[in-house]
Amino acid sequence: MGYRLNFGDVIGYSSLLAWGAWYTIQLTALSTVLGLLVGTLGALARNSRHRPLRLFSASYVEFIRNTPFLIQLFFIFFGLPSLGLRLTAGEAALLTMVVNLGAYATEIIRAGIEAIHRGQVEAGLSLGMTRWQVFRHIIFLPALEKIYPALASQLVFSMLGSSIVSQISAEDLTFAANFIQSRNFRSFETYFIITAVYLAMAVGFRNLLDRIGARVFVWRRP
Amino acid sequence: MIEFSFWDILRNLLLATRWTVVLSLLAFAAGGTLGLGLTLMRVSGVPALAWAARLFIELMQGTPLLMQLFLCFFGIALLGIEVPPLAAAGAALTLFTSAFLADIWRGCVEAIPRGQWEASTAQGLAFLAQMRYVILPQALRIAIPPTVGFSVQVIKGTALASIIGFVELTKAATMITNATFQPFLVYGLVAVIYFGLCYPLSWQASRLERRLAEKG
Repeated sequence: MGYRLNFGDVIGYSSLLAWGAWYTIQLTALSTVLGLLVGTLGALARNSRHRPLRLFSASYVEFIRNTPFLIQLFFIFFGLPSLGLRLTAGEAALLTMVVNLGAYATEIIRAGIEAIHRGQVEAGLSLGMTRWQVFRHIIFLPALEKIYPALASQLVFSMLGSSIVSQISAEDLTFAANFIQSRNFRSFETYFIITAVYLAMAVGFRNLLDRIGARVFVWRRP
Repeated sequence: MIEFSFWDILRNLLLATRWTVVLSLLAFAAGGTLGLGLTLMRVSGVPALAWAARLFIELMQGTPLLMQLFLCFFGIALLGIEVPPLAAAGAALTLFTSAFLADIWRGCVEAIPRGQWEASTAQGLAFLAQMRYVILPQALRIAIPPTVGFSVQVIKGTALASIIGFVELTKAATMITNATFQPFLVYGLVAVIYFGLCYPLSWQASRLERRLAEKG
């Protein structure tokens, strides 16, 4: 007695899949922008003159990087209401994504900033550049360029990791899959198709990030 | 109604931590073995083998771990076998681990200077002997820090096994929360336990990396 795969029962729900995929894309876009902002601030704090700021940034990075995303999500969604912070599933999902990505981005951007040679900064200052100009042209952009490949990989992983937010019933692509397979009882086929959609989204996102990289770091263009 | 004291909660969480550790070790050992095979395939110089390994690695790195877990869980069930959650989670985490380790190790093998390959070929060593006696011992040295670092991802990945019903630390936390209505305390404790498992490994990885960089 063999099992016949039947993908037709999934295709019927394609509008639901599209909704889920759109949610995942929005969540990824928002968390990417906010996460990079947190990461930049975190990296600045890590190199700050004030010890408490450095310590705070370092503990934030280590604590987030050494605990599972799922636990961070549960803590924010189920745990924080007892402190009076009640979030909807979507808000909790976004907050967790930002907090999580922010920690990884901090670490990556920090590594880039630390790789900038001290002499470059001094050369910039002695040329009469302002501190802001030095930061922008000599520290931040070259650092970002150095770590861009690592950052891009992290952003793609973060997008794939977002599938976990379905566990607090944020209505993303995986949530749509869970819903569909509970209706058609075709679990394997449903998750197979969803996995393919994620793969396509990962390839597309990667491509987009490579293009953005080529555009931002103009001088790298051949 | 039974009252749970703080110690009851902590004790039960720590008991469940055993299964997180077991699953992590299982996935790491099996994933490492499979990963070694994939690494050899990728550097074998046989196009079909290298391509197959590369395709597998790209597929695993381009899809969510949660989907891999669901596909293993529901996929094995299609064969008409009842799947214990430990087996499904073990299988998914093994595949996931093997792909990432193979990718890390390939980089380490490729970092070995060309001359070492040529010299060992000139000595008349066949591929496997060449790997065994010349390349891998040297690659191992640079492979250790990133491998230790990746083990943290494996431990964190085991949390997802809770979703298909394997009772490890995260699942135990959900069950205890449902009984005690103290999510803040329980998930907070669980985060601290995971941190206790993962941080020593992260710390060790960055220490080894620094040492390697100093020695050059």
